Order: sequence, then C-alpha cells, then structure tokens
Amino acid sequence: MILPWLIFIPFIGGLLCWQTERMGPQVPRVIALVTMLLELFLALWLWASGDYHLANAIGNTPHWEMEYRVGWIERFGITFHLALDGLSLIMVTLTGFLGVLAVACSWKEIEKRIGFFHLNLLWIIGGVVGVFLAIDLFLFFFFWEMMLVPMYFLIALWGHSGSKGNSRISAAIKFFIYTQASGLLMLVSILGLVFAHFYQTGVFTFDYAVLRETPLSGPLSYVLMLGFFIAFAVKLPVVPFHGWLPDAHAQAPTAGSVDLAGILLKTAAYGMLRFAIPLFPEASADFAPVAMVLGLIGIFYGAVLAYSQTDIKRLIACSSISHMGFVLIGIYSGTLIALQGVIIQMVAHAFSAAGLFIISGQLYERLKTRDMREMGGLFGRIGTMPGFALAFIVASLGMPGTGNFIGEFLILFGAFEVVPWVVVIASFGLVLAAIYSLVLMHRVYFGAPKGEGALAGLDPREFCMLLLLLFLIVLLGFFPQLVLSVSNTAMTEVQQWFSVSSLMMQ
Amino acid sequence: MNLTTSHLIALLPLLIVGTTVIVVMLGVAWRRHHVASATVTVIGLNLALLSLLAVLNVTPLEVTPLIVVDKYAVLYMALILVASLACSTLAHAYLEGLDDQREEFYMLLLCATMGGLLLVSSQHLASLFIGLELLSVPIYGMAAYTYRDRTSLEAGIKYMVLSAMASAFLLFGMALLYAEAGTLSFSGLSARMSGGELSSAWTLMGVGMMVIGLGFKLSLAPFHLWTPDVYEGAPAPVSAFLATVSKIAVFAVLLRFFMTAPATGDGWLHTVIAIIAFLSMLVGNLLALTQNNLKRLLGYSSIAHLGYLLTVIVASDGLAIETAGIYLITYVATTLGAFGVVTLVSSPYQGPDAGQLYHYRGLFWRRPYLTAVLTLMMLSLAGIPLTAGFIGKFYALAIGVESSLWWLVAGIVIGSALGLYYYLRVMVTLYLHEPGESRRDATANWGQRSGGVMVLLLALAVLVIGIYPQPIISLVRSATLITAG
Repeated sequence: MILPWLIFIPFIGGLLCWQTERMGPQVPRVIALVTMLLELFLALWLWASGDYHLANAIGNTPHWEMEYRVGWIERFGITFHLALDGLSLIMVTLTGFLGVLAVACSWKEIEKRIGFFHLNLLWIIGGVVGVFLAIDLFLFFFFWEMMLVPMYFLIALWGHSGSKGNSRISAAIKFFIYTQASGLLMLVSILGLVFAHFYQTGVFTFDYAVLRETPLSGPLSYVLMLGFFIAFAVKLPVVPFHGWLPDAHAQAPTAGSVDLAGILLKTAAYGMLRFAIPLFPEASADFAPVAMVLGLIGIFYGAVLAYSQTDIKRLIACSSISHMGFVLIGIYSGTLIALQGVIIQMVAHAFSAAGLFIISGQLYERLKTRDMREMGGLFGRIGTMPGFALAFIVASLGMPGTGNFIGEFLILFGAFEVVPWVVVIASFGLVLAAIYSLVLMHRVYFGAPKGEGALAGLDPREFCMLLLLLFLIVLLGFFPQLVLSVSNTAMTEVQQWFSVSSLMMQ
Repeated sequence: MNLTTSHLIALLPLLIVGTTVIVVMLGVAWRRHHVASATVTVIGLNLALLSLLAVLNVTPLEVTPLIVVDKYAVLYMALILVASLACSTLAHAYLEGLDDQREEFYMLLLCATMGGLLLVSSQHLASLFIGLELLSVPIYGMAAYTYRDRTSLEAGIKYMVLSAMASAFLLFGMALLYAEAGTLSFSGLSARMSGGELSSAWTLMGVGMMVIGLGFKLSLAPFHLWTPDVYEGAPAPVSAFLATVSKIAVFAVLLRFFMTAPATGDGWLHTVIAIIAFLSMLVGNLLALTQNNLKRLLGYSSIAHLGYLLTVIVASDGLAIETAGIYLITYVATTLGAFGVVTLVSSPYQGPDAGQLYHYRGLFWRRPYLTAVLTLMMLSLAGIPLTAGFIGKFYALAIGVESSLWWLVAGIVIGSALGLYYYLRVMVTLYLHEPGESRRDATANWGQRSGGVMVLLLALAVLVIGIYPQPIISLVRSATLITAG
C-alpha cells in the first residue's frame, strides 16, 4: 500500500497548500516542506527496509521488490500497476530529496501566490514519482504527460523574464509543446505495441511485463522504438531536440530549475532504461551506434554552447546537455559497468546541478541579475558562497572525490570494451567541461569587482542546503557502493536484455 | 404499418419535446414570463431524458421505415438532451439582461433539439433531411437572437445562407442517389451498393455531394469558412448549442449512414474523407493560432476536433462506434464547459459577449473556481491526462493505429502540438496580472445559479471521465447500432 501513497502524498499536500494560503504565507510553505519530508522519509524507509541487492537474479521476469495493482480501465486491460525495484527506488528517493530542496530554496524567492506555487511544485513531484513507479504503459504515459502542466505553470507564472523578447511564457510554451508532441509519438508507439500484441493474442494489455514478451518484426519494432526514443530524447535532451532546454531553465524559478535539471531530465534516462531498451532490445542494439553518436554530439555541442553563454543559468542548463551526452553513451553501450555509471552520473548530476542552480538563484536574489558580465569579483564580498560554488563547479567538471567523477569514469570505463573510439572522443569532452566550468567560476567570482561593499552572506537555511548537497556529492564520490548495490539487480537485467540481443545480431 | 404502444414509447422523447414546444408557445401567447418558459423547457427536456429509460425497454425497434430507435440512437439522444439542457440553463442566465422578447428562444431551442433527436434515429434519407432542417432552421433565429447587435445579426444571416446552400447540395446528392438506386433508405442503398449495382459515377457524385452538405454542417475544412464568424457573432449559449447539439446529431447520422451503407467500395470516398479529416485538423489548428477572440478560437478548435473525429468514419470498423461515442461525449462535455464559462462571464446580456482574450486576463484572481473550470476545459481540449479530452484523444489515436491510418495519426499528433499553443495561451492569460481597466466578470454568486452549477458539474464530469473512464466506456459499448434493419 505504500507505493500509491508515495504518489498521492504530494498531490494531497499540494491541494492543502492551495487551500491554506488564506491562513498566511508561511502555512503553505510549512505544509509543502512537511509533505516533502514525509515523502523523503518514506523513500528512505523503503531503502532501509528492503533488500535490493539480490545476488544476480537471472530470468526474464523483472524482480520487483514491491508491487501494487488494481484494475482501472478493464476495456483495454489497463491497470493501476506500480512496482518498485532498485532503479525506481533510487529515483524516487532522489525526487523526494530534491523536492525538499525545491521547497526550501523557494522559501524567500516566491512571494506571490504562494499556495498555488506549492500546488504546482508538489504536483510535479507527484507526477515524477508516478513516472518512476508506473509499469503499466498507459499509466506511465499518464504521469509522463501530467507532470508537464504544473511545470508549465511554474515557468509561466513565477519565471523570470529573460532578455530580448525571451519571455517566460514563450519559454514555458516551448517546453510544453516539445515535450507533449514528442510524448504523443510515444503514445502512438505504445498503441502500436499494444495492438501488435492484440493481433497476436486477442488480449488488450498495457502491462510492461506482458508486452515485453511480444514478438515483433524487425522494422516494426525499430519504428516503435524510435517513437519511445524521440520522446525520451526530447526530455533528456539529445542534441537535435534540445531547443526548449536553455530557455526553460533560464526562465524558470530556482525551484523549477532544480526540479527540471534534477529529476525531470532523469525521467528520460529512466524511461530509456526501463522501457525503450527492455521493450525493444534488438532494435535498441541496432540503434545504439546512432544513439552514441548523438551522445557524442551532445557532449561537445552542449559544452560549446555552455561556453558561449552570458546568462549563468543558461550556462548551467547547457552543461546539462553535455552531461546527459555521457548518460546516453552509457545507456546504449549496454555493459553493466557503464549502466551502473549512468545511475551514479544521474544522481551526481542532480546534486551538482541543483547546487549550482540554487547558488545562481541566491545570486539573483542579491544582485537582481543573471548576467555574468555584470558579476565578477564576488569572491570575498559574499560570504561563504564562492567556496560552495567552487565545490559544485569542481564536481560538475568531474574531479575525483566527487560523485560525478565516479559516474563519468564508470561510463567511459564500461563503454571502452564495446566502443573504444567513442570513449576516446568523449573523453575530450571532459576537457571542455573543465574549460566552461572554470570560466563560470572566473567570470562570476574573480576578476575586477563590479560593485562596492559586501553583499548579504548565506543565511542558515541557504547554508544548510548547500552543505547537505556538498556532503552528498562527496559521499557519493567516496562510497558509490551505497547506490551501486541498490541498482545492481535492475541494471543487470537491463544489461542482460541488451547483451542477449546484441549476441543474437552477431 | 400499425403504431403500437411500444412504437409510441420509442417515440416518447420526440413527443415530449414536441409537446413542450407547444406548451411554451401557448404560455408565451397567454402571458410572457421568462422564468416560467425556462422552467417548462427544462422540465420538458428532463422528462424526455427520463423517458429514455422507458425507451431502452423497447429497443431496438423500427418505427416506420424512416426511424429506427436502437441503443445507438438512445445514447446520442441522451447526449443531445443533456447538451440542450445545459444550453437552456446557460441561456436563462444570459437572456436575463436582454431588453427584448426572451421567451421565444426556448421554443427555437426545443425545435432544434427535436431535429437533433430525429436525426440520430433516422435510417432514411428523407428523415435525415427533415431532421437536419428542423435542426438548422431554428438555429438561424437563435444565432440572430440578439439582432440589435450587428455581429449577431450577421452571424444569423451568414449561417442561414450557407446552411441553405449546404442543404441544396445535400438534396441534390440525395436526388442523384435516388435516381440510381430507386430507394432512400440506408439499408436499401446498402444492399444495392454491396450488390455492386451502384458504382456508377452518378452514385459517387451523389454521395460526394452529400458529404459536402454534411461537411458544411460539421464545419469541416474546406467547408468551414462560416464557423468562426458565426461562433463569434452568435450569443454564447447559441454557439455552445451549435458546437455541441448540431455536431453530435449530424455526426451520429453520418456515422450510421457509413456503417450501414458502405458506399466506399473502391476506396475513392475513403480517400476524400481522409483528406478532409487531415485538412480539418491542420486548418482548424493553424487558423486558431493567432486568434485573440476566445469564441473564434473555440470555433476553430471545433473544426480540428471534428477532423480528429472523422478518423472514425475513415476507419469505419473495429473501434469506430465506440470511439465516436467516447470522443463525442468528451468533446461535448468540454465544449459546453468552455462556452459555459464564456456565457457566465458575458451574463447577463449587456451588448457583445466577452469574447476577447483580454477580457479574461487575470480572471483567476477574481474568480478562482471559474478559472479552474476554464483551465480544465482548455487542458481537456488539448488532451492532457486527468481530463476527459485525453481519453478522447487516446481513442482517436487508438483507432488510427488500429486501422493503420498513419497519415491521420500524424495529423492528430501535429494538430495536437499546434493546438497546445493556443490552448496554453488562453490558459496563461487567465493567470496573468489583471490590467487595471474596466472588465467583464461573472456575477458574484455565479456558483449558486443554475448556469454555474451546470458548469461545475461539467467540470466534475470532465475530471471523472478523465480519471476513471471505465463506466463511460461500458455505457458506450452497450450502445450498439442496428445495421441493415
């Protein structure tokens, strides 16, 4: 019964926030915080109580630690089917944690329509948790699309207007159209799969485990796989589909950026690991070279794009494109080590990007600008913030000792045995990452000061948030096994599906 | 043939609505009273709705060669009656401010409803035509009801001229068909066609002209030009009526015609309809992109939605009837809700309706629940999960995939992406800061009035269908069509 509650708690909390706004501005904030803490606590409790490192479980049936299923739309065999394994647990915990951070970092930033803001924030979390838990394809799609609406409102109503006609509304609309239209392609693919199953067996079902067994002809499965891939590629984002990302990130409020970079992008990687590859292993193996080349392009293009930004949030957003390129390579290289690296990379990137976005939000609160040309020389003027910034930047460029290093290292190490040349080229991306990261550091905190006097330092709330993030990044850097052991079973399964099909092709 | 009691029972809805027309008319002749007329109308429509329960006991039944009352007809009758109930409650709030004769409106509305009821149960081209005219002619009057406002008068005249032309096409088509087949009943035509006797150019031309005529009524591209103007000019409750009752009835009979008489042996007509569907999806959505008038925008969006729905006719098998039912129910609930909000904001009547988007700027901060309703309706029109529209879109895509109509599937995907843009624009307008200027607003106690209650119920229905559609699906699946009776 705990699984549906993981989804319902944020939804209920959101409604409460909306309705209690009239009781004062602090009430919705407190309710939202309590809700998210509860969510996080539940996830941690699941983490502590479950046993996720089964010795390499072999077999075609996925191993769920926990399942919940009730009938929903009998006509099409659609069920409200949730399940939890190590992969979803990691993602859900991450979601809960970033949810707490998102609430905390908008404590002072949001001053208008507080209740409605938290309604949207919590509903995003609810939708994302739904995405991570649903294993009925219809239900998955349901949540996948549903989380867009509150995100849209978050950007459109509480966002910052950008420069030169880049209004927050157009950013929000762009985000929505990109993701919704690609989502419809996925829906068409899902329907194609369901009808293919229906024609073979005469049974309508949207169940993941059943559909996985559907034998498909080569071209058909390739086309269906593409439908899934495009939907996930837009969200990840993979380079030709990344147009929405810099705008959406730059215009979103801090909490929105944290959620967007921290968990919304991860839903795409999760979708690939959970659905695109296991449902269409042969087609995915076929497609892997293309995907990896796209990943390479993403690494370099994202880095170059990041380097040329003047808006601090756009820079961080573009660096996400680059980081997600590694994730894409890791996923499609299909070795266990690389897949495990993908998990670490996702978690670590969520932490470091969240940290950087929170810092830029705090800078914005103090300076009222996100333009790096108007910053500079902040070191020594703004308390401990530059130290934290340096730490997150170092994490983002993949310094040993941080989780990001482990992630990138495992991905490259794991992929090397399969696609050495891709790895060799991708490694140069690390150099570019160092360049744009240090440029960010330099432009903002060093150089000639643009103003006089000291700015307000970090208050305890801000300090605690950043310290916690930093602690987790370092923890992940030194003890990645904490996460790896939980994701091991799920990744082994993905790897087996993938390698079986690769072998069959050869 | 002899009329037995069961025949009379089958005709009960029609008879009750007809009686109500007469009662309202006599009432008006005796003494004008707005509330009384509205009440009688609502009672009549509710009785007709109740009588459907009795009708269910005698279905399927052929009443004269013209009319067949099967479960399919009952479903659409119910839908039509509910929609006209909604329109009359809306009209009541709206007309209160009209400084003119208000009572005749209900007569016209009831007449048009009768036409709709007849249409969905007709199995003969003659009753199809009678029903269609009975539906359309009162709408001329309704569209021009606030005739002192020029746009309303223009809407009425425009609709009259074009609708008459469409009827002429339809009649000509029927005549050609009759000349070839010698029969006007759907089943007779079907038998002739499946016998292969009717593949001449004349038949196809006849069917084609009928498609043009019906295409006008359904405002499908490229016969859609009247739609935005009429939707904009007509009083909001009338636009709601036009967008729902008239569409349901015409589409239901079109589907029955195509299911009974597959005049599409060589696929020529299929192609034409597929092209019309595709065009409607694109044209409707593209033209809506730059609209600043909510009523026009809804008009264009209805063109697109009918385009999605037309996929059903192109497929004509498998999930077709089920899809049509589900899609129409979701579309009707959503459209009524959207027009309902427009009506409430424009009520009571005080000159042209609050159609412009800027009228709605910042509505959230004045009327949060009303705005929530409109937001829900926009999301539902856009087909976002949690709303009924998503279930409709799911079905439309499902039937497209099932019948391998990949072009139409692509059309739905592209159309939806385009559609998002303007639905979102409307949505975000509602939440922006309000300008300090004069504004239109719903009355403070809108939620306690009949129109407001109706809109809230619709919102609830949209949510419930979106979250738990199984009961509706079962209902629609039980509404079977009697072919070749």
